[in-house]
Amino acid sequence: MQNFDPAMFVAVLDEMLGPLLWVLVVGSIVATLAFLWLLIRDRGLVSRRFVVSELVGVAGGFGAVLFMQLITHSGLSDVGGPVDWLLVVLIWLIGTVGTTVVVYDLWGLWAGRRALLGDHA
Amino acid sequence: MEVGLDRRRLLQAVAASGLVATTPTGSAATPAPVRSRAKIVVAGAGAAGLATASRLARRLDGAEIVLVDAKREHWYQPGFTLVAAGLKPERYVVSGTADYVPRDVTRVEEMVAAFDPEKRAVETSSGRRIGYDYLVVATGLVLDYGAIDGMDTDRIGENGLGSHYAGPDAAARTWAAMSRFADAGGEAVFGRPATEMKCAGAPLKYTFLTDDILRRRGNRSRSKLTYAAHSGALFSVPVVAEKVRMLFADRGVETRHHHVMTGIDIDRRIARYAAPTGETELGYDFINVIPPMRAPEPVRQSPLPWKDGSAWARDGWVEVDKHTMRHNRYPDVFTVGDVAGVPKGKTAASVKWQVPVAVDRLVADLAGEPCDSIYDGYTSCPLITKIGRAMLIEFNYDDNLTPSFPRVIAPLEELWISWVIKETALKLTYLAMLRGQA
Repeated sequence: MQNFDPAMFVAVLDEMLGPLLWVLVVGSIVATLAFLWLLIRDRGLVSRRFVVSELVGVAGGFGAVLFMQLITHSGLSDVGGPVDWLLVVLIWLIGTVGTTVVVYDLWGLWAGRRALLGDHA
Repeated sequence: MEVGLDRRRLLQAVAASGLVATTPTGSAATPAPVRSRAKIVVAGAGAAGLATASRLARRLDGAEIVLVDAKREHWYQPGFTLVAAGLKPERYVVSGTADYVPRDVTRVEEMVAAFDPEKRAVETSSGRRIGYDYLVVATGLVLDYGAIDGMDTDRIGENGLGSHYAGPDAAARTWAAMSRFADAGGEAVFGRPATEMKCAGAPLKYTFLTDDILRRRGNRSRSKLTYAAHSGALFSVPVVAEKVRMLFADRGVETRHHHVMTGIDIDRRIARYAAPTGETELGYDFINVIPPMRAPEPVRQSPLPWKDGSAWARDGWVEVDKHTMRHNRYPDVFTVGDVAGVPKGKTAASVKWQVPVAVDRLVADLAGEPCDSIYDGYTSCPLITKIGRAMLIEFNYDDNLTPSFPRVIAPLEELWISWVIKETALKLTYLAMLRGQA
């Protein structure tokens, strides 16, 4: 693996997505911070919310793989050797984790807002 | 023409794109500029000329760098196959030369009409004489369509005539012709010239792409694909030639060896070849014509080409030391890119590795220092085998495979990741190269 570097994937993504890549990077930082803030606010993970978010996240993973193939004019049948599967799994993982965190965040913030409004009612 | 990648090259590309704030350490770090009052003429502002001018501008302080070329459009030639396969629009491969010329480089928007290395001067098309201390020849090559009897580039796109090397517009018209052919099926003919050529993998790629598009449209069984090879092999690197032979057998592409195209009847759709058995004709419904390639006339008429009576001398390729890119008879002349008379190197990947060696040597001369930079013939060809898969083939003068990602991306495997790299990352590296950043 002496010549292997994750920078390649960053370069690939930059060429493909352009400024959208930076929107995604900033978005993922905001989502991570929101997730950490919710952990503190709720004093841990809200398990039901997390399980549902994970289920949506799995679908998001598949969506990420499909999106990648759409922008490179390719399909699942083009996936050949082990390194291709590694790339697919990597993209799927990114999609899954990203979607899970975003759904958990949105749900948590929405639930928090409802609770807040409820307090004032 | 393709741009190859390895860790250092990628890091440089990534740094150039602004993703990483610092440049990589080690040999990639740019040394302090050398002070010099030298006048350096770069003849040609294609990929090689622009990369050279950009790199010289970064390495020298006070030197006069003159870039001579009338061409205002810059063409990203590695993208031509993608345009000719309907995967990218024409605008994907067209930009402006001015976008890549550094501020402190003087641009002369004329062609070089004559080289006078004895008197250290070039003459432009308007008759202007420009003297130099050092000359970098980067004129590129010319597509000699005139050598194919009956060929008319204005008719590319009609009656099954394709020729995707002729330019962005010709690549788009080739796609129109190929797409019409793929809707009906029939006989398609491919091939390559017997001369040295840019990106020897491109004719093969285009054969594979046509095969794939026919399959997608359900017309492959109604079609016959023939590849007319100029020699007994399909590629100059034996291990790659053998792999392509197996893939052609798998895809049902028939090969005719030792067939060199000599003429075409565009109306009757017949291509003529010089073959071991005499002149042979191949009828077609679609053809991708790839003409012989030679050095531009001003280079051929100058004292610069090889003088050894070889095919290289006949076609006018400049006589250079293949490891230093320095002229064998004129030490103040370097040659980079397609016009250089070296084995194998007529791709953007070759340019990427030739230019730093030539520039290192030239700058070392000016600084009065020794230089050990060597070009080993590295070049790269992401050989597309269908839409969605490619083989990331890289090799050197010795026919050795030199994979950028050994044990990760297998060079002779048809892989999706190699396709993704070809379709997305290579243009980024190429543009960084033009700006002297990679």
